[in-house]
Amino acid sequence: MELKIALAGNPNCGKTTLFNDLTGSNQYVGNWPGVTVEKKEGKLKKHKGVTIQDLPGIYSLSPYTLEEVVARGYLVNEKPDAILNIVDGTNIERNLYLTTQLIELGLPVVVAVNMIDLVRKNGDKIDLAKLGAALGCEVVEMSALKGEGGMAAAERAIAVAQQYQHQELPHVFTGSVEHALAHIEESISGRVDARNLRWYAIKLFERDAKVEEELALDESLKQHLQAHIADCETELDDDAESIITNQRYAYISKVVDSAVKKKAAKHSLSTSDKIDRFVTNRILALPIFVGVMWLVYTIAIGTLGDFLTGWTNDTLFGEMILGSLRDWMVGAEMAPWLVGLVVDGIVAGVGAVIGFVPQMLVLFLMLSMLEDCGYMARVAFIMDRIFRKVGLSGKSFIPMLVASGCGVPGVMASRTIENDRDRKMTIMTTCFIPCGAKMPIIALFAGALFGGSGWVAVSAYFIGVAAVIVSGIMLKKTKLFAGDPAPFVMELPAYHVPSASNVLHATWERGWSFIKRAGTVILASSVILWFLQSFGVVDGVFGMVDDNNTSLLASIGRVVAPIFAPLGFGGWQAAVATFTGLIAKENVVGTFGVLYGFAEVAEDGAEIWSLLAADFTRLSAYSFMVFNLLCAPCFAAMGAIKREMNSPRWTFIAIGYMCGFAYVISLIVYQLGLLFTGGGFGIGAVVAVALVALLCWLLARKPQHELAARTGAKLKD
Amino acid sequence: MKTLKDAKVGETVTVRRLYGEGPVKRRIMDMGITRGVAVQVRKVAPLGDPMELNLRGYELSVRKADAEMIEIE
Repeated sequence: MELKIALAGNPNCGKTTLFNDLTGSNQYVGNWPGVTVEKKEGKLKKHKGVTIQDLPGIYSLSPYTLEEVVARGYLVNEKPDAILNIVDGTNIERNLYLTTQLIELGLPVVVAVNMIDLVRKNGDKIDLAKLGAALGCEVVEMSALKGEGGMAAAERAIAVAQQYQHQELPHVFTGSVEHALAHIEESISGRVDARNLRWYAIKLFERDAKVEEELALDESLKQHLQAHIADCETELDDDAESIITNQRYAYISKVVDSAVKKKAAKHSLSTSDKIDRFVTNRILALPIFVGVMWLVYTIAIGTLGDFLTGWTNDTLFGEMILGSLRDWMVGAEMAPWLVGLVVDGIVAGVGAVIGFVPQMLVLFLMLSMLEDCGYMARVAFIMDRIFRKVGLSGKSFIPMLVASGCGVPGVMASRTIENDRDRKMTIMTTCFIPCGAKMPIIALFAGALFGGSGWVAVSAYFIGVAAVIVSGIMLKKTKLFAGDPAPFVMELPAYHVPSASNVLHATWERGWSFIKRAGTVILASSVILWFLQSFGVVDGVFGMVDDNNTSLLASIGRVVAPIFAPLGFGGWQAAVATFTGLIAKENVVGTFGVLYGFAEVAEDGAEIWSLLAADFTRLSAYSFMVFNLLCAPCFAAMGAIKREMNSPRWTFIAIGYMCGFAYVISLIVYQLGLLFTGGGFGIGAVVAVALVALLCWLLARKPQHELAARTGAKLKD
Repeated sequence: MKTLKDAKVGETVTVRRLYGEGPVKRRIMDMGITRGVAVQVRKVAPLGDPMELNLRGYELSVRKADAEMIEIE
């Protein structure tokens, strides 16, 4: 027999731990159709045919956030056989707020009070029978972290699903509201599933736009219902939505007062509060924050991460696999093109994917621990003030920090940002921060044209940070990021020791999804670029070429080079170097070496400094550098962007934006540079000035979407 | 009108009314800030915004701009 049980609960209620506990490794992770919200499903251990559907962590079933819309859409339309609602016993009042809404759906519900061990430790007592009677459903207790009672709760949900009889739902609201609800129920019965009747009635009372649209009631009926709602509003001197919320909480307070015996006084300090007195303290918060970030950076990007990436890329793939494979294939006298395809195309491409994985796993391990223990919410709390000015979240700090080492884990780290718009914005801007692989480009030009000045590197970081800020301010005002304003009303969950199984699960899941979803793109693009680089037409014959100058890529470079002429580097070598930089940014240096006739050059390309100095001016070199720092990142990072955006459209927008922004900034740098160094006022300068004006306008203009909620608030002052 | 933004750190206040409409207001209410609830201001973030509140037995952070929508007694 097939049964589907939905797992619902607030964020931080221990739902993930329970889900991992119930399903083990038997999970399927995907996305809800059309949105970036993660969808997790798994088979219940030891129970054939029972599927556990993990819903996003939500506080309510309002129509406003993506997660809530996804969850209620699933509950109303797919109708799981039972809902297993996880409730944090240490924070029962707010958790039951969602419970009352779930019960209204009319589906079988089992409430599992989690963290019961902590409740007991605090000296509190929860009367499960009383709670169940008041809520009108079965209530059990459990401790997901200790692995107690989780399976029993799931088994209760199965039992309830099999023998559920529709019963009258508890009357949560006061007389006049219940009266209006009864009227609404009567008017819409027959139009909706009988089980969901009360839920629909309450949503109509709240004037829930999504439900109104779905039911499409005719005008006269709508007006009839409106009259009832308006009566309640006049009587209670509040709007319908507030009436429902207020009364729901009032009802819960009453239930909690009778069923829960609290030992400690209200607003007293728990262990978690005591930790927070230091961690988010006015003076200590920033030093502690810097310390934690330093630790994350040093371990994930600095010492351990750098060693792991270096070892996998150079030793494992470079020497052991690539080297011995090439020797073997050459020894077996295979065709050179086949050796090239397998070794330089495919295996090197796979290496480009795998090379990032060990470092990423280390980073994800640490991020998962920060998330699981509750510090990540504090990061947002501490950094919010700075980042929200540029349309980012306080949590954007970590992706940006990590991106200064490598953009790939930087983009992947944006996963910790719940808000969809903040996350997209972070993904779009995080690669502007110069990563480790861009350092050789900077070193090349600093050495060749700027006498090795350290200011070149400093200015590169400055440009990167400025690009993030400018883009943030510009983008948040565009229609792209329009829509309902995302309120920053965030729970600061109690600290707890991270659960090993949670952390490992999360780490593995992220690493694997990078390999699976980003890997394919990286591999395909590496192979295509290898082909373009190693094949060409020599003396009218198509074949493999040794000299990069005669490759297909060089031909393409010659065609597209004029596009870069306004930026000051119209030479085809620069165009080809930019292309090969897409495989990995440090390739730019090697490519210049090859194109200038050197088989191999040092990391900073010292051999070609004089040749480069002849082809570039200081200005065009700087412009080239700026373009390569800001334009589309390497394929690996693009793959990560595709994975995190989870939408071809948004991936395209992100990469297109980066390239366009890089072009505009380089053009401004070069043309205005020319103007100020006495190059005369030509058409290029006119365009550059016009672009500066456009940027200023985009920065200063009013947002294209008005924050309706905010203005409504200010009017009443 | 006194709003939550004006409340001092350590003070416990009672919510009188919420202003505004739409997602922000709904979210604030969903998180338990409703008429008559007692809210304690725990602290203000190191950079001056947002603020940390304690209500209904848990910790919540809100921006001052949003706290301005909450009238207190």
